[in-house]
Amino acid sequence: MDMQVAKKKLGLKERYALMTRDLGWDTTYQPMNKVFPQAEYEGIKIHDWSKWEDPFRLTMDAYWKYQAEKEKKLYAIIDAYAQNNGHLNVTDARYINAIKLFLNGISPLEYMAHRGFAGVGRQFPGVGTRVACLMQSLDEIRHSQTQIHAMSNYNKYYNGFHDYTTMIQRVWYLSVPRSFFDDAITAGPFEFMIAIGFSFEYVLTNLLFVPFVSGAAYNGDMGTMTFGFSAQSDEARHMTLGLECIKFMLEQDPANVPIVQRWIDKWAWRGYRVLTLVGMMMDYMLPKRVMSWKEAWEIYFEENGGALFNDLARYGIRPPKFLDQIAFDKDHISHQAWGTFYNYAAACNFHSWTPTDDEMDWLSAKYPNSFDKYYRPRLEHWREEAKKGNRFYNKTLPMLCQTCQIPMIFTEPGDPTKICYRESDYKGTKYHFCSDGCKDIFDHEPEKYIQSWLPVHQIYQGNCFNPGVDPTAPGFDALGAVLDYYNMAVGRDNLDFEGSEDQKNFEAWRGMATKNI
Amino acid sequence: MSNIDLRTVSIKPLRQTFDHIARRFGDKPASRYQEGTYDLQATHNFHYRPTWDPDREIFDPSRTKLVMKDWYALKDPRQYYYGTYTMARARQQDTAESNFDFVETRGLAEVLPEDVKQTALDVLLPLRHVAWGGNTNNAFICAYGYGTAITQPCIYQSMDQLGIAQYLTRIGLLLADPEALQTAKQAWLDDPMWQPLRRYVEDTFVLQDWFELFVAQNLVLDGYLFPLVYDTIVDDDLSSRGGTAIAMLTQFMSEWFGETAKWSDAQIKVAAAESPENKALLAQWINHWRARALEAVAPIAKRALGDRADGALDDLVQQFATRVGKTGVTL
Repeated sequence: MDMQVAKKKLGLKERYALMTRDLGWDTTYQPMNKVFPQAEYEGIKIHDWSKWEDPFRLTMDAYWKYQAEKEKKLYAIIDAYAQNNGHLNVTDARYINAIKLFLNGISPLEYMAHRGFAGVGRQFPGVGTRVACLMQSLDEIRHSQTQIHAMSNYNKYYNGFHDYTTMIQRVWYLSVPRSFFDDAITAGPFEFMIAIGFSFEYVLTNLLFVPFVSGAAYNGDMGTMTFGFSAQSDEARHMTLGLECIKFMLEQDPANVPIVQRWIDKWAWRGYRVLTLVGMMMDYMLPKRVMSWKEAWEIYFEENGGALFNDLARYGIRPPKFLDQIAFDKDHISHQAWGTFYNYAAACNFHSWTPTDDEMDWLSAKYPNSFDKYYRPRLEHWREEAKKGNRFYNKTLPMLCQTCQIPMIFTEPGDPTKICYRESDYKGTKYHFCSDGCKDIFDHEPEKYIQSWLPVHQIYQGNCFNPGVDPTAPGFDALGAVLDYYNMAVGRDNLDFEGSEDQKNFEAWRGMATKNI
Repeated sequence: MSNIDLRTVSIKPLRQTFDHIARRFGDKPASRYQEGTYDLQATHNFHYRPTWDPDREIFDPSRTKLVMKDWYALKDPRQYYYGTYTMARARQQDTAESNFDFVETRGLAEVLPEDVKQTALDVLLPLRHVAWGGNTNNAFICAYGYGTAITQPCIYQSMDQLGIAQYLTRIGLLLADPEALQTAKQAWLDDPMWQPLRRYVEDTFVLQDWFELFVAQNLVLDGYLFPLVYDTIVDDDLSSRGGTAIAMLTQFMSEWFGETAKWSDAQIKVAAAESPENKALLAQWINHWRARALEAVAPIAKRALGDRADGALDDLVQQFATRVGKTGVTL
């Protein structure tokens, strides 16, 4: 018979369901709780995985096609940027320290996100959820690699990039972002999704990527800007996944609400503490500023986040705890952090400096309540001392917060002149915290946070020296031995920007590129 | 036309690559595969033990009995990083798209001999679920394996298996309708023909040793299933009976297996060469799973090939043994 029967056209949703969730089945040769052993231990109750709404509908054939197009364009730009010595077009060499912070502190987290999403993509019993998570796992290895490839060229010409895979595991300040992700990946799959999928990718992502990517654009860094823009459509998918995840958990059972709330409180605070590094970068490290940390917090958290939490109120979710304190602290944390890195520039793989007069004026204008009163005088003092040849380097080791691992540099709520100390006793040992937020997190899960690999404690315990080093030898230089363990190139990676090899090279190379010498 | 020497400012780099790459290969220009792979995974100073595996670190070599001095010896001969991986798959996807288009626009599905079409539906559609199993298992290896060299290709393998499940779904929709997919799923769940294979797949879901899982899934199960289904049944048998259109629709799978088998073999070869203990362990795993794989695929061969099935299965066993022989593992 010649006549063809016209096939019923499937709707997009139906078709996507056949391409994804219909692939799964309830196992019978092995019990489901053995196939998905992580599904229940966190106490989250899911009654019906089929209620999951796919946050996006992308099949693999379309994924390969779109992503390959993006990669072709991205690598063409990265190649051209490298070939033309694009790095010599950045505003000034101080800018490069911002991307050192990125490669050392953020790119390794992208990699962790890749592994973490592979884990939850294996562990959830719901097929739709797993497909979305695995696609994110694949995207995250993309992000880690495109960042490494884009910054590979900077590593050839500048210091501080050269051993980021070692440094993230050893250097004192890098334990802050690292422990953040170690914390998420050691949690169960549902908490991981609230920690990374929701809190980080949805609530806080704009505070991370907008400053870095716009910072790159403002400062002439085409390479970094391009991977940032290229990641945007992936990030949009990740945001919808994070939001769907939290809504799904909240809708499945009212008993999930308090658990999710606690995770929101915890991860908003954890994330906020990590973002201190970003705030400092925005206010001090970008020669051409995009916006202040305070402005970014107001737009991306207070306004956008506020709308989000209004939306979640119908499930019985309230905004994260300690927002009052954060609102007060937004005038202070970036200055307190930069002061710390200025102090510890000898043990750091990027340079620090005191701002120029123009930059101080910008900070005064952006921080009328705090900069001139508390922070300008200190910076001016340091600048004066440096001019006299007394550039201050702090050689003692700071006390660290047991939870966020940042040195105890933050001040009391409402009093920026007094360092905030909190402590808890647990099984006969005293633990110290930088804030009520960090103490709260510890008190809820002490068994987790007593494990923290605190860089300062580890140095004192003798765990941060290379094999064969004898700390009892006469004249032992402890700081030098620690820097060896960090694989830090002393005099090249560390110390003040003024007089650094980066500064000299950039000036000489830019001269070759712009003058006839 | 004369050659124009395009000039850029030439400045001397301080170093050619990152230290962790230079420690392995010397300070010389590194490939994107190298910089995007080696030592990306953390190895020490972990902060907390996983709540889901408190006896081990986040990344821990003891999640398999296999022992390697350097886990980065398990490199990918294809040198895939995300960019090269997606570009390779996009090219294959292009071909697959044209093939589907060709079959669809010329109405080739409608002119397939009825028994050929029915065999294709019966054999191919339940394999959607096997491919989903492959996705699940490679996600496991990616998450809990050790060293980016082997875990990275596993996320690619995982998503490839999802892609294969989706191509198989499209084949069902093109040759038949959504009901055919449901019939096939029911067969997967109940039909005795599929139960040994379903049991195999479900048993791999609970394997805890990720390298054993690699063997059971990527080497053995794929190693039995793909040559049998796509070479013997589709390309040889169905094609000779007027089913060339089916072979066009499964071209992606045949090529994919040819490519990924080289990668799997390379992993086994390197792991076996590491030590006699590894070699013995691999032999034990392969022997165990290949016996089960043969049992699992035999009913599929019988359904498609009838009395020629035994011969085909003998060839399959022989072919697989030869393949493993080349990796240095003695079965």
